[in-house]
Amino acid sequence: MERIPILRIGRLLLVTIQVDMHDRLAMTLQDDLTTRIVKDRATGVLIDISALDIVDSFIGRMISNTAAMARVLDARTVLVGMQPAVAITLVELGLTLEGVKTALNVERGLALLEREEE
Amino acid sequence: MSTEKSMQLATIMTQYESALLEGWLSGLMARLLRRDKSAEAELRQQAARFLPMVVQALEKGNGNIDIEAAAWDEVRHALTEISQARVRQGFSSIETASFIFSLKDPLFQYLRTALADNPMLLIDETAATSSLFDRLGLFTVEVYQKTREQVILRQQQELLELSTPVVQLWEGVLALPLIGTLDSARTQVVMENLLQKIVETSASIAIIDITGVPTVDTLVAQHLLKTIAAARLMGADCIISGIRPQIAQTIVHLGVNLDDVVTKANLADAFLVALKRTGSTISKPKSAD
Repeated sequence: MERIPILRIGRLLLVTIQVDMHDRLAMTLQDDLTTRIVKDRATGVLIDISALDIVDSFIGRMISNTAAMARVLDARTVLVGMQPAVAITLVELGLTLEGVKTALNVERGLALLEREEE
Repeated sequence: MSTEKSMQLATIMTQYESALLEGWLSGLMARLLRRDKSAEAELRQQAARFLPMVVQALEKGNGNIDIEAAAWDEVRHALTEISQARVRQGFSSIETASFIFSLKDPLFQYLRTALADNPMLLIDETAATSSLFDRLGLFTVEVYQKTREQVILRQQQELLELSTPVVQLWEGVLALPLIGTLDSARTQVVMENLLQKIVETSASIAIIDITGVPTVDTLVAQHLLKTIAAARLMGADCIISGIRPQIAQTIVHLGVNLDDVVTKANLADAFLVALKRTGSTISKPKSAD
């Protein structure tokens, strides 16, 4: 079955979404991610969507929910690499992803999480 | 004889060509507001080129005065050129149209001379000629208007691009000085420019300066908030600066919520905040004494 890989960097988890998301895949990702946060005792999650050209309200909600779940498990989520066109679409849809931290790229996201760690 | 055809016009125009040209030109010169040598020379050249074209079109179309027909292609093309040139030179629509209309008077005069012994034919020919030149004149005005509209459209586009620059103030700090009213179309351009620049310069802070925005109503505020939200999704924080006292009053009276946004009264203060956040400092060099 199709799966989105979750990579571990120290106590951080990196998720790079490179395929179009659908319901099943999203649910699997949430499942895998929460399991891995507990198993690896992760303190931070980076979700990289730089490869996504289209983000609809469904994926937007999925990301919000995932961030909320991670927060419950005491891990902070940073959404990185959003394309300008995607940002405009989400704002027009009224999805401003309140409560999700954002960064320009993975590097910045890592710096942000490290800064918060201190 | 219908008014859709004119058999005699071409003959008469050829016969009296030079006299007609002189009559036409003197009529044109009388109406010309800006008189100088080059304008006169240009007018003379245009007129001299135009007359034979009309004759040719009449002969080719067998006297047909429907100027949409293929026989009139060349005439329409020449008129389009003249009309467009006049828009560029700043002529008014009346001045442009009178290029054609002032040909009527001398033409009627020579029609009368040539057809003096046949009043019925004279009436028919006069009606047909009048109809023909009305059409040509209206065509000129239409082209004139279309060209003007193109100019306006182009200017609008240029204004849109000119008025939304995104400048880099410092490493990781962008400034977006907004000038003029923000409508939906402009917000879109501003947003796209800003986000693109954020990617290019990997900026983490953008200062939106609204000193040049004359009024801030709920719609403008909403557009601003949208831009800020989009920038935040890209991982950049926004600061709004250049809020004038009246604008601050309006914002509060309208109940616009700017709680989540850092606002500063002027660009300098906003810049200091941005520097502090990016971890840079500026200090004056110590003086020698």
